[in-house]
Amino acid sequence: MNSVVDAKPVPPTARTKGFSRLLRKWSLQITLTIVAILIWAFFLWRSPITFQSYDIYNSLMLTTPFFALVAIPLTLVVIVKEMDLSFPSVMAWGVAAYELVYVPTHSVWLGFLACLLAGLLAGLLNGFIIVKLGIPSLVATIGTQYLWRGVVLVTTNGQGSGMIEVKNTILYPLLTGKIFGIFPNEFVWTLALGVIAWFFLNRHRFGAHVYLSGDNADSARLMGVNVSRTKIICFCLVGMVAAFSGFMVSEQLLFFWPTLGDGYLLNTLASVFLGGTSVFGGTGTIYGTIVGAFVIAIINPGIVAAGWLAYWTQLIYGFIIVASVALQAVLRRRFS
Amino acid sequence: MDDLLQLKNVSKTFGEVTALHDVNFHVGTNEIVGLLGDNGAGKSTLVKIITGYHRPDQGGQILWKGKKLGHLSVPMARDLGIEVVYQERALADQQTLWRNIFLGRELSNRWGILDIQAMTRETKKLMSTVMGFTSSAVSPESTVGTFSGGERQGVAITRALYFEAELIILDEPTMGLSLSETKKCLEFIEGIKAAGKSCIFIDHNIFHVYPVVDRIVVLDRGTIAGQYMKNELTLDELLDRLYRVAQTGNLEQNGPATR
Repeated sequence: MNSVVDAKPVPPTARTKGFSRLLRKWSLQITLTIVAILIWAFFLWRSPITFQSYDIYNSLMLTTPFFALVAIPLTLVVIVKEMDLSFPSVMAWGVAAYELVYVPTHSVWLGFLACLLAGLLAGLLNGFIIVKLGIPSLVATIGTQYLWRGVVLVTTNGQGSGMIEVKNTILYPLLTGKIFGIFPNEFVWTLALGVIAWFFLNRHRFGAHVYLSGDNADSARLMGVNVSRTKIICFCLVGMVAAFSGFMVSEQLLFFWPTLGDGYLLNTLASVFLGGTSVFGGTGTIYGTIVGAFVIAIINPGIVAAGWLAYWTQLIYGFIIVASVALQAVLRRRFS
Repeated sequence: MDDLLQLKNVSKTFGEVTALHDVNFHVGTNEIVGLLGDNGAGKSTLVKIITGYHRPDQGGQILWKGKKLGHLSVPMARDLGIEVVYQERALADQQTLWRNIFLGRELSNRWGILDIQAMTRETKKLMSTVMGFTSSAVSPESTVGTFSGGERQGVAITRALYFEAELIILDEPTMGLSLSETKKCLEFIEGIKAAGKSCIFIDHNIFHVYPVVDRIVVLDRGTIAGQYMKNELTLDELLDRLYRVAQTGNLEQNGPATR
């Protein structure tokens, strides 16, 4: 059969070979890993006592998962070229739903199930408004952020509540115990979710459709991909994981605050973007997001341990995010 | 010639706009039909109805090998053997070559787990046998966004070929191609005929369409303005009549093409 195009040789500068091709493919991940190691090495040099002890890493493994967990499905949402700003409120809404079911039934498990379903419902609502009504996700999820926070405040009367009952169930050690007495389960859950998300994103048809829907939704539709369904599933995943993460935070403290989730928004978004996921859709990795989350997490304790005023934190956050994202943009242009 | 595809009284409106009005159209087995028309004539809408992307308005019928189809969807059209190479190529620029070849039809097991090895292997084979990509700098992992216009067209056409279509629709396949790439593309259309398959070739350029088609259908402002068997008139005569369509919206002065 005749070839359908002329087999013109391609300039080697346009498409490089072998090692360079690998370098191009993994350039963002390699850069991010180097940035993470450099930041860690810097803090290790500035405050060796702190960064040579287990305590700092234990603390990081305990607190980072709360936003790293949500950052994982949020990566999928950004890859499909959408945005979700409602998850901090959904974190609280999930636990509020737990309370709503636990109080009359006294069943922790039913409450936990209600928590996950509440997250799913929040994700479905986002997906429906965005995909079916065609409202931009940025606008829609600002709206639902207020909506779910409002629901939480109304149902709880703005009052916090204890969750001591969870301590008597297996859920407590399952979510907040430690493996080998070293690795907090919060961290293990994050890694497990990361591996599962990586698998589905890279080895499953769903992941292929996530990338295609974000890269070129029209092409994907023309070729039979159900873009709407793919997007709705991504929003549902963020909702469910946000509720799960909210439950984990409350369970760790054995107390639920209706303001739960406040303060997680920027860290979570920064993890996704620092991890190399493009706001233009079609590209992004789970590995990048998880490393990005730990880079974000290490800065604050690192600055304090280095003996600087915590006022520097924002400045250094800003510098690292801007420099890293700019570097990624340059690399993308250089290697594409 | 038996009809492979038949559209009966198909209309399509988008809000206030009527893109197609009462269109009757058919493609025979092993027939190459040239579909001509100006911008906004309704060519792309017609294609999207045939491929299941748009549903025709109530009353219109689509028949495949004489059988009436219900609600035609994109996957259903593909299962029937209708493949399309879209004007915009329908490629995902940031994705790899193999992902584009298998876009929407990934090889996977019953659980949806991708068989990446098989897709990469098939893509590699297609690169040398169909696409003509011989440079070692291009691999199945290459990003499609780095390809030239001709190479992108090659990917889109190869995709249509790979899945063994009975009817291949080419929506302005020569747009943005160099002269030599256009020549290759036209040779490819002749290859479709030789392989016993059918084709709808849509283009603005009558000089591209005329040499390779059996029949020419002219669409104007959402209606079939006329149709001719190629052997009924010369290129000059056809050109003359196309000018008339542009002025009057009707080509039927000498009667429709016989079937």
